Amino acid sequence: MTEERQDRESRPSPEALLKQASQEAQGRGRLKIFLGAAPGVGKTYEMLSQARQRRLDGVDAVIGVVETHGRIETDLLTKGFETVPKKRILYKGQVLAEMDLDAILQRRPRVVLVDELAHTNAPGSRHPKRYMDVEELLAAGLDVYSTLNVQHIESLNDVVAKITHVHVRETVPDSILDRADEVELVDLTPEDLIKRLMEGKVYMPAQAEQAIRNYFVPGNLTALRELALRQTAQRVDEQMVDFMRAHAIAGPWEASERVLVCVNEHPCSTSLIRYARRLADRLHASWGAIHIETTRSHRLSERERNRIAEALRLAQQLGAQAVTIPAADAADGIVEYAQTNNYTHIVIARSDRSRWSELVRGSVTHRLIRRAGGISVHVIAPEQVSQTGETAAPVAARARLTAAPQARDYVESLIVVLIALVVGVLLQQILGIGSIALVFLTAVLVIAIAHGLRPALMASVASALAYNFFFLPPLYTFTIADPENVVTLFFFTLTAVVTSNLTARVRAQALVARGRAKMTEDLYQFSRKLAGVVTLDDLLWATVYQIAAMLKVRVVLLLPEGETIAVRAGYPPEDSLDDADLAAAKWVWQTGREAGRASDTLPGVKRLFLPMRTARGSVGVVGLDSDRSGPLLNPDQRRLYDALADQAALAIERIDLAQDVDRARIAAETEKLRSAMLTSVSHDLRTPLASILGSATSLKTYRSTLDEAEQTQLIDTIQEEAERLNRFISSLLDMTRLEAGAIQPKSELIDLGDVVGSALRRAGTLLAGHKVKIELQPELPMVALDPVLFEQVLFNLLDNAAKYAPLGTTISLTAEQTNQSIAIRVMDEGDGIPEADLERIFDKFYRARAGDRQRAGTGLGLAICRGFVEAMGGTISAANRQDRKGAVFTIRLPMPAHSQTVREQAA
Amino acid sequence: MTSSGSLPAKILIVDDEPPIRRFLRTSLAAQGYDIVEAASAQDALGQLGRNRVDVLVLDLGLPDMDGLEVLKHIRESGSNVPVIVLTSRTNEPEKVKALDLGADDYVTKPFGIDELLARLRAALRHRLQQQGERPIFKSGDLAVDLVRRTVTVRGEDVKLTPREYDLLRLLVAHAGKVLTHKFILREVWGAETDVQYLRIYIRTLRQKIEPTPEAPQYILTEQGVGYRLKSVD
Repeated sequence: MTEERQDRESRPSPEALLKQASQEAQGRGRLKIFLGAAPGVGKTYEMLSQARQRRLDGVDAVIGVVETHGRIETDLLTKGFETVPKKRILYKGQVLAEMDLDAILQRRPRVVLVDELAHTNAPGSRHPKRYMDVEELLAAGLDVYSTLNVQHIESLNDVVAKITHVHVRETVPDSILDRADEVELVDLTPEDLIKRLMEGKVYMPAQAEQAIRNYFVPGNLTALRELALRQTAQRVDEQMVDFMRAHAIAGPWEASERVLVCVNEHPCSTSLIRYARRLADRLHASWGAIHIETTRSHRLSERERNRIAEALRLAQQLGAQAVTIPAADAADGIVEYAQTNNYTHIVIARSDRSRWSELVRGSVTHRLIRRAGGISVHVIAPEQVSQTGETAAPVAARARLTAAPQARDYVESLIVVLIALVVGVLLQQILGIGSIALVFLTAVLVIAIAHGLRPALMASVASALAYNFFFLPPLYTFTIADPENVVTLFFFTLTAVVTSNLTARVRAQALVARGRAKMTEDLYQFSRKLAGVVTLDDLLWATVYQIAAMLKVRVVLLLPEGETIAVRAGYPPEDSLDDADLAAAKWVWQTGREAGRASDTLPGVKRLFLPMRTARGSVGVVGLDSDRSGPLLNPDQRRLYDALADQAALAIERIDLAQDVDRARIAAETEKLRSAMLTSVSHDLRTPLASILGSATSLKTYRSTLDEAEQTQLIDTIQEEAERLNRFISSLLDMTRLEAGAIQPKSELIDLGDVVGSALRRAGTLLAGHKVKIELQPELPMVALDPVLFEQVLFNLLDNAAKYAPLGTTISLTAEQTNQSIAIRVMDEGDGIPEADLERIFDKFYRARAGDRQRAGTGLGLAICRGFVEAMGGTISAANRQDRKGAVFTIRLPMPAHSQTVREQAA
Repeated sequence: MTSSGSLPAKILIVDDEPPIRRFLRTSLAAQGYDIVEAASAQDALGQLGRNRVDVLVLDLGLPDMDGLEVLKHIRESGSNVPVIVLTSRTNEPEKVKALDLGADDYVTKPFGIDELLARLRAALRHRLQQQGERPIFKSGDLAVDLVRRTVTVRGEDVKLTPREYDLLRLLVAHAGKVLTHKFILREVWGAETDVQYLRIYIRTLRQKIEPTPEAPQYILTEQGVGYRLKSVD
């Protein structure tokens, strides 16, 4: 065990490596913080001096914002620096100047100086706090120099307040200090500082005196200085440990301690968290915060629930891992979580409830201590947190989540008691009065189950009174004669009250369970719905509807579209966002963090924007808003939202992936076709060329050895193959023209017989080996078409027929008038066309799929036929002959509006 | 050119394109060859079984079977009839494949009739050489005496290392015919080594026997396929 532990610790710890990697990689800028104990120690001066040195080394350093407070030496130092002009923000008629984040990002210096890290930005700025601006600068890869006083560090906030009696509202989360690459302490002894103050080097003389009296007393300064020194020393220590862990140096660090702080709705939770953070720091321990959700949680007021959420958020900001866990008993839940997650310390607030209340309801603290086993439990006295002005919410103000009992419940309860009374009266004839008490108890139990605690308590009292009045002598008075009966009545009442309590608690738990079951069921239904959805639009619609319905908010969903993102769905339907909302949504998309209403970034925006993420990255952004004031989602709702959004994000990703796969398959097919086409074209061009070149060289070199007939044969070959090559090139050009949309057919009234004749003449040599039969219906009307294109169509069809029908068979060409069209058919007596290929046969290079193992032919002829015929407003189709083996191609041309027969026109 | 016997050499032309068959028939018959034709693979295999064929001119793009398959059939049936492949495919791997499958040479469409006739002569000569190797090879100023193992250029002795001589002897034995890299490596080095070796030896050989090694006259490079020793006709 010991060896194992040793082994584990001498290996580089993954967390340490990750931490290092995340700092080194990603092109993140480096943050250097100049930390001081109090104003006036010279942080800004030191920052400027160092930046100046960097500038002299040729580093591009500019001032983002520097407050010199009129201090002359500091002012002098800023000379020679480029200063990015501040942005003016109009707020309530006042013009406020703030650091111009966008201008700096655009300027992209290597180092930017940002004074006073804890500064709060004017409303309307992108981020409410300056340290958030700095985070963005760092994320953009800029190095930042900044200054900070120790009193602004979140976890030291209340300690400083206690020392100085001044509560500082502007705080910076410890996490930013943790993430800083360098923290430099700017130290000055209290005496020197006070001296500088006296000399007017810190504040203007008028302010100075007041400041000295209130704040800059030696005692305060010494305490603050110690805090600052400790903070820095601790950091150095941490860095050393990080370094040693990353390099797997077996070091003197203690076995890993872990601190767990328990958070509840009590206002002292925040100071408890700060305490835990300090404890964790001292122990060099990681730490976490836990809130246990019991049946009690559902009875908390909105305000209390917000307080819990607030406390957990603070813990997260301070670097803790915050969780909420449901459990029947808080103490059990905490201990179980602590044990499974190897926590070694538990921090909990001492209950400030009365001793009586603790006796009756038990104390979580006591139970925790009893069950904690090897875990140390720190019980902290709840401080009077007067500085926050908050007091514990009065019990009466508690809004009950479970439906509060209404008048009807009480009336019904009374009726039940009445029924019990009647039953009691009837039973009294047979049994003794001892049994009658049981009848009333049963009634109380029934009421507790049906209506909850309060009606049951009321029923207990009513039952006790009725029992006394009707059954205990003297009858029909509330007085009791027999002392024994007094005892009976007392125990009856006690039993009734206890049973009511127990039963009501079971009922409350059942209600909570039912609520959870409903939620789980809804989520399950949603995931089933998503699994069945095929199109992206359906999916998005289902998602926004589900979120809107379950959380009672308005929802918009944005997905990436090219460089930016755009609204793709909304419930109620929404097409576009205003510029501010869109900007916030974009920011969320780019950074993957939340922004907008009641968040840290762009809080002025109407909606709250949340990223939708999967393990592979962001898939979209969801915007929420509602007419309710206050936080949009309580922690429960937030968890529900997260569950919904996660499912939806996965489904969106699934559909995206499916589309990617489709695209890849189509691309592969296109690629295959392209290569087949190349082979085919090269074959079709080279075959005639081979004949021509071969014949020509033969004639040139061996003319003398060739007789007359042989010479003629070679010359014929040259001519025919040159013609074939010409046809092929024409086809290629026709196809190119078709694809470029450059075909503009003329529309002339033509006699079909004329075109058929010219096409046959052109195809003469090709058809030499076949019989040709022409059947044109007499008195065909004139047809509106382009004669040149149509001749080409007929030629291609005849060429095709000649190619595929055996020599000596008949090729027929017919034309007839049907209802509103003219049908022209070309039929051959070849093998016909495979059923499956009837439609694809018109695809460009369809036959190219066979590569060059085909008879020479362009593979374009039929594609050109279709292109031309459709350009002339007709259709072309392929089929197999019904009467015998062979293929038939049918062209249908629409009848011109005022068609005339040839004869009519001639007349 | 005809064989030394009284019968003219018989050439089987296998191509599905009638114009090609027609001009080949006309041109080759005029050169005194005896011509047989086939329009499909089946037809060709049938003709081979029935006739004595001296050279086969085979188009790779046939309607019923790939030309390479036909070649494989012929070689697997034990026939070593010289085969000249006609191909419109320009990709070199295909040519190498054909040669590896036992083709003697290839001609890429379109081609001049001289080129085909030269290949035909080389194929026929090679056939004769196999029956009785000529002891002395002469091409221009280059002379190789296979018995005495001497090489002379313009009458002067050239000193070759044993491996260079083996390489040249192989080229001489197949003069006029393209030899793939793979084939040369196997024959000379005994194992399939890096083509790089071959390139280096070819370079030193050229420097010893070629008048201008940069523009070789004897050892010709068939880019992407192999080498060919130019033969005298």
